[in-house]
Amino acid sequence: MLEKVKKLIEKAGWPRVIIGLFLLSLFFTAPFVGIRVSTSISDTIVRFAMNAVLVLSLIPMVQSGCGLNFGMQLGVIAGLIGAITSIELGVTGIAGFLTAIGIAIPFAVLLGFFYGLLLNMVKGDEMVVATYVGFSSVAFMSMMWLLLPFKSPNMIWGYGGEGLRTTISVEGYWLGVLNNFLSIRIGHFFFPTGTIIFISLIALVVWAFFKTKLGTAMTAAGSNPVYARAAGVNVNRMRVLSVVISTVIAAIGILVYEQSFGFIQLYMAPLLMAFPAVAALLLGGASVSKASMGNVIVGTFLFQGILTMTPSVMNNLIKSDMSEVIRIIVSNGMIVYALTRRMKVRT
Amino acid sequence: MDEKQCLLRMQNISKDFFGNQVLKDVTLQVGKGEIVGLVGENGAGKSTLMNILFGLPVINQTGGYQGKIFLDEREVSFSSPFDAIEAGIGMVHQEFILIPGFTATENILLNRESTNYSIFVEVFGERLRTLNREAMNKRAITAIEKLEVQLDPNMMVSEMPVGHRQFTEIAREMDRVSTKLLVLDEPTAVLTESEAETMLKAARKLANLGLSIIFISHRLSEVLSISDRLFILRDGQVVRSLESSKTSPREVASLMVGRDIKDGDCGRSEELKESEVVLDIKDLWVDMPGEQVNGVDLQVRKGEILGIGGLAGQGKLGIANGIMGLFPAEGEVKYKTERLPLNNPVEVLERGMAFVSEDRRGVGLLLDEPIDLNIVFTAMQIQKRFIRNLFGGLLKWRDDKEISKVAREYIDSLQIKCVSEKQNAKELSGGNQQKVCLAKAFVLNPDLLFVSEPTRGIDVGAKSVVLETLRKQNREQGTTIVMISSELEELRSICDRIAIVDEGKIVGILPPTADPADFGLLMLGEKEEVRAGA
Repeated sequence: MLEKVKKLIEKAGWPRVIIGLFLLSLFFTAPFVGIRVSTSISDTIVRFAMNAVLVLSLIPMVQSGCGLNFGMQLGVIAGLIGAITSIELGVTGIAGFLTAIGIAIPFAVLLGFFYGLLLNMVKGDEMVVATYVGFSSVAFMSMMWLLLPFKSPNMIWGYGGEGLRTTISVEGYWLGVLNNFLSIRIGHFFFPTGTIIFISLIALVVWAFFKTKLGTAMTAAGSNPVYARAAGVNVNRMRVLSVVISTVIAAIGILVYEQSFGFIQLYMAPLLMAFPAVAALLLGGASVSKASMGNVIVGTFLFQGILTMTPSVMNNLIKSDMSEVIRIIVSNGMIVYALTRRMKVRT
Repeated sequence: MDEKQCLLRMQNISKDFFGNQVLKDVTLQVGKGEIVGLVGENGAGKSTLMNILFGLPVINQTGGYQGKIFLDEREVSFSSPFDAIEAGIGMVHQEFILIPGFTATENILLNRESTNYSIFVEVFGERLRTLNREAMNKRAITAIEKLEVQLDPNMMVSEMPVGHRQFTEIAREMDRVSTKLLVLDEPTAVLTESEAETMLKAARKLANLGLSIIFISHRLSEVLSISDRLFILRDGQVVRSLESSKTSPREVASLMVGRDIKDGDCGRSEELKESEVVLDIKDLWVDMPGEQVNGVDLQVRKGEILGIGGLAGQGKLGIANGIMGLFPAEGEVKYKTERLPLNNPVEVLERGMAFVSEDRRGVGLLLDEPIDLNIVFTAMQIQKRFIRNLFGGLLKWRDDKEISKVAREYIDSLQIKCVSEKQNAKELSGGNQQKVCLAKAFVLNPDLLFVSEPTRGIDVGAKSVVLETLRKQNREQGTTIVMISSELEELRSICDRIAIVDEGKIVGILPPTADPADFGLLMLGEKEEVRAGA
């Protein structure tokens, strides 16, 4: 019995076991501090659904050896452009959401392509360079949001008459188009069926991609570039392709996030977007060079679960706001943990 | 040699790395002012012996050594190179250990500089004394003058020709007053001929000053001309100690290589002489670091097993890597009478050639992926096999079932020890990893197969399976095999012809039945001796 438990723990990995137990204990404590369990669970699921696609977007780049996509903001920016353009066009409902995706994808492909070329020039330091690509692109877009000629009164500043607002509501356009599709509501429990289906679809596509000849070549390029080259794979092309795919999925991911969250956040809001996603993937057991769908699902659930539960439970327990502190400790701690583990494998 | 004059005595030194015996009962003496040559094939144990003498930590970490070392009739055992230096042993390494941005003087005196008093010493201690440049220069010049070479003490190391770097290294050892014994490990390997000559003169000069020298080199004529006595190491044993003046290159070479081979099926070479040329290499140059190829001409005949031997670093590995497009190459290579484009790995594979790399973990395997994917990956990418075309070829789906099946077949036939075909390659032992690499090449059904160092770092049992598999592939599938190996014995046991590479060129092709001494002489660059003897 003990042996079995030991093996199970080893298979899951200590970080997941510890965080999982912690999350479980939070669910058990919740009723005693006056928090409804059904609300807690459905909050966790909704947040999981909001973030899963963003976390998923990291996979292609990890698999191709480009490391964790700390420059996810590029994809996010493409998504934001799609979102505001669809609102400018005034398309509502699911059509509006699809329009946003349709507009976002070409931008994501273009940005991803150049981003991929850049990463090929800095092999070995992808993650450091990516971080600054992400940061600087957000700063650049902060100027662009002011200058771009959008006219919809729902989006521009009330006083100057030009420049986009920091926060734009998607209410009346495509708020909850996925979340509410076939959704289930029992008392205080809410299940966002549409979003979960949408996530499953994207996950299926990504999974299938890595089952194809091309996807296998990409995995090999990441696992051992010299081996891949000796087998006739153009490693640089694989890497660029993976960056493009990652960026496109990130663009879709932010739209899924917004339809659930209800707001498009511009300017500095996307600045730290990559960190929680990266932390979730690592928490799920992925490494810098290997990640699977399982890592995405487990990681996102645990990470978002902690983020949902700690503020409400802890705040009620100690009567002070700890949520931000816990979020920072968990997400950055996870990143540090994973990066140190990579060093061990290398030497 | 007079016993009283003995400076260093290493007695009954034995050493094993995890059960792999690399030195057995080695006894060696060095007299005062004597130059002793140490020769042997790669892996004969020369470096390990010197590492023991020098007290490198790697020796202690792997369980120490047996035997005794006496320096000046006092038993010593160094646990770190610092102790060895303290005791008066200097080592000049094959790779230079110098600081490029420092001058010769600064490198020679590093951490032993002449210093002046400064006021900061009172507060921060001895380390804040200032440098006395004048005194340092004098000391550097004294050290250089001992060598009688031209070396500007103020020249930056990064701007020096290699020869001068070598002298800087030696001068550094010279500045230590206590140095009694100098170990020169391949000091002439990177030098031009005239530089090497100066170097040898300098060494002789030092010996006359009373310094003892252990001289390790692959250039036989050099060793013979400079050393007073020779120790020949083979398979971790001293096979003979000779007076240099009373021996010949031929004798040394045959002692070095010296095993008799069992007669394989060597009758084949006659019929193969008639067979067509399948690969015709003309003037091939390959830029592979450490394995430069400088104009190789070689013909491979259909159906044969051609061996390529030679010492490490002479370019034998570069030939295969260059043809397979893994390193920049130039020259004319014809495959089945058609010209083969170089620097293009895909084209070479598509024409039906395959390669088992010497760098198993670096090039040969996807360590973090399962065995089956490792085996079929190249076939899948190049020959588009193991793929199911869905939606009219729009989707190229991996046929995992077929992949597993083929992998299991190879696991059975090559006796790969593993839990299942889904086990990750990095979890296998070296021998089994090598078998996976072979399977990866076989699955391509190649007409011509390059196998590079197929038995490096694997145990005896796996070795024979690997060789037997290659022989079987050759006999049953008719695959032409070019096998590159550092182990001459292995080449002689399986090949129909053996080409020997020296300094990036083919220096001779011999049948496996040729005199071992001839192989040895070719490897050591004594081509004329072979002709004279033959």
